[in-house]
Amino acid sequence: MEIEKYSGRVLPGPIENIYVYQAPVRLWHWITVIMMLPLAVTGYLIGAPPPAIYVGGEATFIYVFAWIRIIHFSCAMIFTIAFLMRLYWAIVGNHHSRDIFLPPVWSLNWWKGLWDQAMYYLFLKKEAPSWVGHNPLAQIAMFAMFVLGSVVIIVTGFALYAQQWAWGDGWMALFGWAHVALDEPQAVRTLHHLMMWYLLLFSMVHIYMVFREDIMGKESVIGTMVDGIRMFKAKEH
Amino acid sequence: MSETYYELFRRQGISRRSFLQFCSLTAASLGLSEVGAQEIAQALQTKERVPVIWLHGLECTCCTEAFIRSSHPLAKDVVLSMISLDYDDTIMAAAGHQAEEHLERTIEKYKGRYILAVEGNASVADDGVYCIPNGKPFIEKLRHVAKDCHAVISWGSCAAWGCVQAAKPNPSGAEPVHKSLRGLGKTIIKVPGCPPIPEVMTAIITFMITYERLPQLDLQGRPKMFYSQRIHDKCYRRPHFDAGQFAEKFDDDGARMGYCLYKLGCKGPTTYNACSTVRWNDGLSFPIQSGHGCIGCSEDNFWDKGSFYEHLPTILPPGWGGIESTADKVGLTAAAVTGAAIAAHAAASVVKQARSKSSNDKLATKE
Repeated sequence: MEIEKYSGRVLPGPIENIYVYQAPVRLWHWITVIMMLPLAVTGYLIGAPPPAIYVGGEATFIYVFAWIRIIHFSCAMIFTIAFLMRLYWAIVGNHHSRDIFLPPVWSLNWWKGLWDQAMYYLFLKKEAPSWVGHNPLAQIAMFAMFVLGSVVIIVTGFALYAQQWAWGDGWMALFGWAHVALDEPQAVRTLHHLMMWYLLLFSMVHIYMVFREDIMGKESVIGTMVDGIRMFKAKEH
Repeated sequence: MSETYYELFRRQGISRRSFLQFCSLTAASLGLSEVGAQEIAQALQTKERVPVIWLHGLECTCCTEAFIRSSHPLAKDVVLSMISLDYDDTIMAAAGHQAEEHLERTIEKYKGRYILAVEGNASVADDGVYCIPNGKPFIEKLRHVAKDCHAVISWGSCAAWGCVQAAKPNPSGAEPVHKSLRGLGKTIIKVPGCPPIPEVMTAIITFMITYERLPQLDLQGRPKMFYSQRIHDKCYRRPHFDAGQFAEKFDDDGARMGYCLYKLGCKGPTTYNACSTVRWNDGLSFPIQSGHGCIGCSEDNFWDKGSFYEHLPTILPPGWGGIESTADKVGLTAAAVTGAAIAAHAAASVVKQARSKSSNDKLATKE
């Protein structure tokens, strides 16, 4: 009952445990984690295939690159479906499920929180306020890097995949506009490739921050990603 | 009624046997069955010939060259018979005023029924002074002839997309035919390629005569029967792609063994055309078969799409990270910088943690 009351706000007093991340949010998180690794590896290999020396012999009996591609396509489909499910959950889920899709930029308190958080990470402030869900800095990073990055990588990815169809047919009917918008398929390919690095950069910082917060911060982080419950540590000083 | 195609072919000395061969070949290239070949033969023997006016704008004549280099005498005769009878300023016998008079007569005689094939495009910068046939800007001639035509075939990449003269910075203001004919409401069939495949031309005209309708076009305005698949999808080197066997250099063992040219910048995976099935010079070969990657000549604006020989294009302007700053190099650099920043931040955090602990301890002892 206290969730609604304090959701997204700076906590006024000591509250022990709050159920923040509902099951679909956590499920999406871990599906995405599991899919991103093979997607990045196979995607890199599609962009820069290993030398043929590793796949010598008669082409009739070898299917290495095709397997790399089909793994990439399959994981991409699962990644996309999980993302769509997550979007749906942002609409029907609890307050926190909207955190990273709709940062409350209209709230003055949120901007203040963003400033405090940035100052805290720059070691210019001793403490940042506690947040039940994501802090404002995390929200804006997840929105700008992960959510927007995912949208771009999904659209460009499907546009590249769609090239197996004629213009106006199949997936090309749905995603051909991406080739038109970017003027040419090579630009779509390059953007898709750059987005992989963009999401990897996000993941690096994200993972670092998760561990840092879990060790140094006042709230639980890693455990929360598993059971959804945010625990607030008792004040040490 | 004026003569049929069959009468025309016979008059030019083409045997009935060769005529039927042509019908089968065309039916096959259109993806039709044997019945289709019979329907084509029937149509070409009974229906009136469709007049074609062939105009040349800014172009290199490689489209016409592709026609007349066709090694098979039948194909060449048929193509030339089908397209150049009425007006083609490059290969017609008449010249000068005589030719222009003939053009006007053809427009008058076949009003609303002739097909306009355009090779090359119009220049619109500086009032079109960069292309002046018969003392007038080409765009005027183009619009004049297009006004009364049945349909337009944008023949070649110049007409379809703009090609080299429309490449950046496009000083002569060359523009594709569909832009020049804006507002006329004509169906424009694009047959891009630099040059396009000659058989596509005859197949389209044959299709239009036989079935009395225009071929189905894709979203970009190209006939679906020839432009619905990529070079890559029907490439004879595709097994090497699926196997992961790529030539690294044009003179390595992979290149000698006919491996896939993907890493050498082959544009087959992004190019819609029929080269890998119809091929060139009577099915003799096509660029990839000769050991060179596809340059994507039938795609819009292919001159401005970076190097023909790079798989991952250079993405930063010159002076930013060297000449080979591909997405991977930029990404790796950014990852390294981020990694270093994370390490520095982590170190600072540890120091901070230790400090606050020791100050806490001090506070505790004081209390």
